[in-house]
Amino acid sequence: MTISAGPHSAAPSQATLIRAHTKAHILEQLRIPVAVISSTIFPALALLFFVIPQQATVQDPVASLTAVAQLALFGVMSAFLFNYGIGVAEDRANPWSSYLRTLPAGPLPSTIARALTAMLFAFLALIPVLVLGATLTTASDAFTTGMLPWWTVPLSVVVWLLCGLPFLALGLFIGYLCTSKVAIAVTQVVFFPLAFAGGMLLPPFLFPDWLNTLSLFLPSRAARDISVQVFTGGPVEVLSLLTITAWTVLLGALALWANRRDQGRRFR
Amino acid sequence: MTTPTPSDHLPVLASASHVVKRFGGATAVDGVSLNIHSGEAVGLLGPNGAGKSTLIGLLCGLRRADAGEVRLFGRNPLDPSARLRLGSTPQATSVPQTLRVSETVDFVAAHYPDPIPTAELLSDFGLDGMAAKQCGGLSGGQQRRLLVALALVGRPELVILDEPTTGLDVEARDTLWRLLRTYRNAGGTLLITSHYLEEIQALAGRVVVMDKGSVIADGTVDEIRSHVTLTKVSFRTELPASSFGSLPHTVGVETHDDGRVTIVTADGDATVRALVLEDLAVRSLEVHAASLEEAFKALTGEHPVRTIGQEQS
Repeated sequence: MTISAGPHSAAPSQATLIRAHTKAHILEQLRIPVAVISSTIFPALALLFFVIPQQATVQDPVASLTAVAQLALFGVMSAFLFNYGIGVAEDRANPWSSYLRTLPAGPLPSTIARALTAMLFAFLALIPVLVLGATLTTASDAFTTGMLPWWTVPLSVVVWLLCGLPFLALGLFIGYLCTSKVAIAVTQVVFFPLAFAGGMLLPPFLFPDWLNTLSLFLPSRAARDISVQVFTGGPVEVLSLLTITAWTVLLGALALWANRRDQGRRFR
Repeated sequence: MTTPTPSDHLPVLASASHVVKRFGGATAVDGVSLNIHSGEAVGLLGPNGAGKSTLIGLLCGLRRADAGEVRLFGRNPLDPSARLRLGSTPQATSVPQTLRVSETVDFVAAHYPDPIPTAELLSDFGLDGMAAKQCGGLSGGQQRRLLVALALVGRPELVILDEPTTGLDVEARDTLWRLLRTYRNAGGTLLITSHYLEEIQALAGRVVVMDKGSVIADGTVDEIRSHVTLTKVSFRTELPASSFGSLPHTVGVETHDDGRVTIVTADGDATVRALVLEDLAVRSLEVHAASLEEAFKALTGEHPVRTIGQEQS
């Protein structure tokens, strides 16, 4: 046990801190494998049970791509909402997270680490969806016939993760506002209607008119439309981009407000 | 009764000047001024709700003062760089349940420029066999030891521990005390809170007593002890309680529902002698050391019967 050699030793860089926090977050998640496995295979199971049995969809490359894009976004949205909403609420109740605030690191490393962890697990959920889509549907025909360039796939993965941003903010908002038990309930109540009305489980052309109109105002619908449009090589609609940007700004502001409010209550 | 200490000329590592902290309507810290000098071991003593943990939270950068100034290594403790040479523990025993012991130490160590190697630290704390265990699987004593180890991993110049041994058995407590003495002997500065005078005596050279948000005493352990070592002399008597208020060294007199009278005194021997010499009719005489809680109450003027007149009314 020794005391620091000198007062002028350099502090670890932000990159070092982000890496350490990310590693801790990932390890903590991996230690509860059931949670990881269920969130990872959930969208793949939905694809397997709801899409694969429909021959009309499976035989049509564009319909297949649409279904894969919808469920990919479904996976991203659930990873973001659940990882953030419930994770943040649990951390708030934990004296360990207060202790972490006494370490020589600002709020940035842990916030970025949490986002990176959420993205990693969202990405893991995308892999089985892509594999099933490639093997059990005709989606891959779109690439073999030259209808779509190969880089549509990595581009789409990035777009899907970016389309998850409003849900990341929504998760933060819920997490800073609710206790962990309430956060679980609220996240579930918010998640399924958003996913369904956003057209992630059923394509919106099957919606009745009123639902379709309502749906167009939702962040999940805008995210779904952009994801599908990018993955099927169609043009991205400006309205969808405006809708998702507006929601991201709004939910981001709410998340920031909830965070300030929470900090103000606990750490004035 | 601030007493100049020999360390006054040494650099100040942490300081509070006229610090006020309110929660809602309640004032948790009410104008506290305190300097922690390099190499000191300061015990912060006080009953529950005295404001100890709030003051610690202010010094560790967890909270923002409503008034006054808090400095840590010359900077605002809310600035992360001010906390580079600080080590602390959470008050409650809270470890990341699913992380392994070595992973937890590595994680905290990553925040410091020159941390103690994990294996060395775990061995110092008798946790070397535990490195691969998940923290949630450690016993209460091991978890406490781990938390204190985390406070020391960055080779801090100042360690702030909030009730580090609460809930530990005597053996685990002695182990922690030994480790903290090693840290002190290496030149480390220590600020420790406790309910127990014994703990402060074992680790600290200087004692700061807080009550109701204020510092009510600050001095060496012996000085504070002379204030807080009170004796209770209790007995049965037919005489009114006011007969005993004028005895020398009396701090307070209590009457109990069962007819017993208790004199709280600064000198138990003198009180017993006086009872005998003045031939006061008392029987079933018992002499006890007053608990720290009672001593605090006497110090803080909260004792039930400070003056006889008030008591009898």
